Amino acid sequence: MNSRSSLRTRLVSSPYVVWSILFIVAPLIFVVYYSFTNSSGNFTLDNISALSKYTPTFLRSIWFGIVATLICLVIAFPLAYIISQKTEKVQRTMVMLVMLPMWMSFLIRTYSWMAILQDTGIINSLLGKIGIGPIHMINTSGSVILGMVYNFLPYMIMPIYSVMAKLDHSMVEAAQDLGGNRLTVIRRCIIPMSMPGVVSGITMVFVPSVSTFYISQKLGGGSFDLIGDVIERQFQQSYNYNLGASLSLVLMVLILLCMAVMNRFTGDEEGMVI
Amino acid sequence: MKSISKIYTFLVFLFLYAPILVLLLFSFNTTSSTSVFSGFSLQWYKSILEDKATLRALYNTLILAVSSSAVSTVLGTAAAVGIDKYKKGIARSSVMAVTNIPMMNPEIVTGVSMMLLFVFIGKLVNAESVLGFGTLLIAHVTFNLPYVILSVLPKLRQTDANLAEAAQDLGCRPASAFFKVVIPSIMPGIITGMIMAFTLSLDDFIISYFSSGPGFQTLPIAIFSMTKKRVKPDMYALSAIIFVSILILLILYNIAQQKSEEKVKTKKE
Repeated sequence: MNSRSSLRTRLVSSPYVVWSILFIVAPLIFVVYYSFTNSSGNFTLDNISALSKYTPTFLRSIWFGIVATLICLVIAFPLAYIISQKTEKVQRTMVMLVMLPMWMSFLIRTYSWMAILQDTGIINSLLGKIGIGPIHMINTSGSVILGMVYNFLPYMIMPIYSVMAKLDHSMVEAAQDLGGNRLTVIRRCIIPMSMPGVVSGITMVFVPSVSTFYISQKLGGGSFDLIGDVIERQFQQSYNYNLGASLSLVLMVLILLCMAVMNRFTGDEEGMVI
Repeated sequence: MKSISKIYTFLVFLFLYAPILVLLLFSFNTTSSTSVFSGFSLQWYKSILEDKATLRALYNTLILAVSSSAVSTVLGTAAAVGIDKYKKGIARSSVMAVTNIPMMNPEIVTGVSMMLLFVFIGKLVNAESVLGFGTLLIAHVTFNLPYVILSVLPKLRQTDANLAEAAQDLGCRPASAFFKVVIPSIMPGIITGMIMAFTLSLDDFIISYFSSGPGFQTLPIAIFSMTKKRVKPDMYALSAIIFVSILILLILYNIAQQKSEEKVKTKKE
C-alpha cells in the first residue's frame, strides 16, 4: 500500500517531466542540430568553421565579463559587509533598496545612462559649469562595462550579503579575542567564510555579462560588438539560424567550461581554509 | 571608520539610483530633451495615459505574468511533490540537472533555443508564424518552473511525512489528506515561488524577444523597439508610474510584515 501510494505521488511530477523534455531538452537538441546543418538541412561543418571569424568577439565578451565581474565583486563585498553589520530592521530596508531598481525595466535604466554619459549629457553639462571641458564617456569600452556593473551589481550584493548575515558571530569574536586586528579578522575569517556567496555572486554576474546584447548596443554605440550582439543579429536581422545556433552552442559550452574551472578553483580554496 | 562606511554606502546607492533619479526628473520636463531641464510639466504623463499601443502592451504584460505564474505554480508544485518522493539515483539527479538548465544557461541561449523549436513547429504545421501569446506563455512557464520547484522543495523536506499518513489513518482519502495537510504546510514556499515567477515574467525581455511575434507585444519588447529610436519622456513617465507603484507596494508589505511580527511578540509576552 505504502509503496503504491508513493509511486502515485511520484507520478504527480510527470506533467513537469514531459514539459521539461519538450521545452528544455528538445530546444537544446535543436541548437545542436542547427549548428551542424545548413539551411536545407544537410550535414555541414561550415557553421563551426565560420566561427573562427568571431574569435575576437568571443575574447572581448569574456574579457569584458571578467572585468565587470571583478568590479562588481570589489564594490559589493564591502557593501554586503556593511549591510550585515546593521540592525535587522535597517538590514531589511537596505536589502529592499538594493533590489528595488531591478523591478524597473533594465532597458529604460540603461537608456537613462545614455542621457547621463552623453557628450551633451548631465555629467558633462555639470562639468561645463565648473569649467572642465566635455569628457567623452559614451561609446567607449568603459561605458559598456559600466552598464554591465550597474545592471548586475545587485546579483553580486545579494548572495554575499545573505551568507554574511548568517555568519557565526562567535567565530568573529573568537578571532578578535585571539588578538586578530580588524584587517586580519576580515582577511582570515570573514572572507573565507563568505566564499560560497562570492562564488554564486560571480556566476550570477559573469553569465549575463558575457551574453548581454542590449547594453553593448546602447552604451557602446555599435563599436564594441559582443557575442550576444552577433547572435541577436543572426536571429533577428540576417535570419541565419544555423550560424546563430553554432554561436549559441559555443557560448553555452564556454560558459560551462568557465564555471567548471571556477568551481575547481574555489574547491581548492575551501581545501586551503580547512 | 563609521563615516567612511556611511560615505561608501551613500556612493553605491547613488550609483544604483542615478539613472532612476534622472528618469524621474526628466519625466516632468516641459521639452523632450533628456539632458536639459527647462521647466515642470505633466504633459508626458498625460500623453502616456492616452497612448493606446503602450497601454495595450502593459495589459499584455500583466495577462502574461498572471497566467504564466499561475501555470508554473501549479505545474511546479506538482513537480516538487513528485520529485521529493524520488529515490536518490539517476532519475532524481537527471530531473534536477534538467531543472537547473534554464537557470544556468545564458538567457539569450534559452531564448534562441526556444525560437528554433517554435520555428520547427511552424514548419511542421505549415504556418507563417506560430509566435504569439501561446509561445510566450510556454517560454515564460519554462523559465519560471525552476524557481517554483526550488522554493517548494525545501519546504517539502521540512514537512513531516507522518502527518499526511496520520490524516489518512484518521480516515482522510489520500487526495484530501494532501490538500488539507501537505499543501498548507508548504504554502509559504508556493507563495514565494509564485511571486518570483510573477516578477520574473513581468520583467523578462531577452527570452520574450526571441519567442514573441508582432501580434502580441509585451511592455519590455515595446520599450525595446522604442529605444531603437529616440525615446520620448513619456516612456520615462510610464516607468516612473511603475516604479512608484512598486515602491508603495513594498512599503505596505513591509509595514504589514512588521505589524504581524509585533503581534507575534505581544502574543508571546
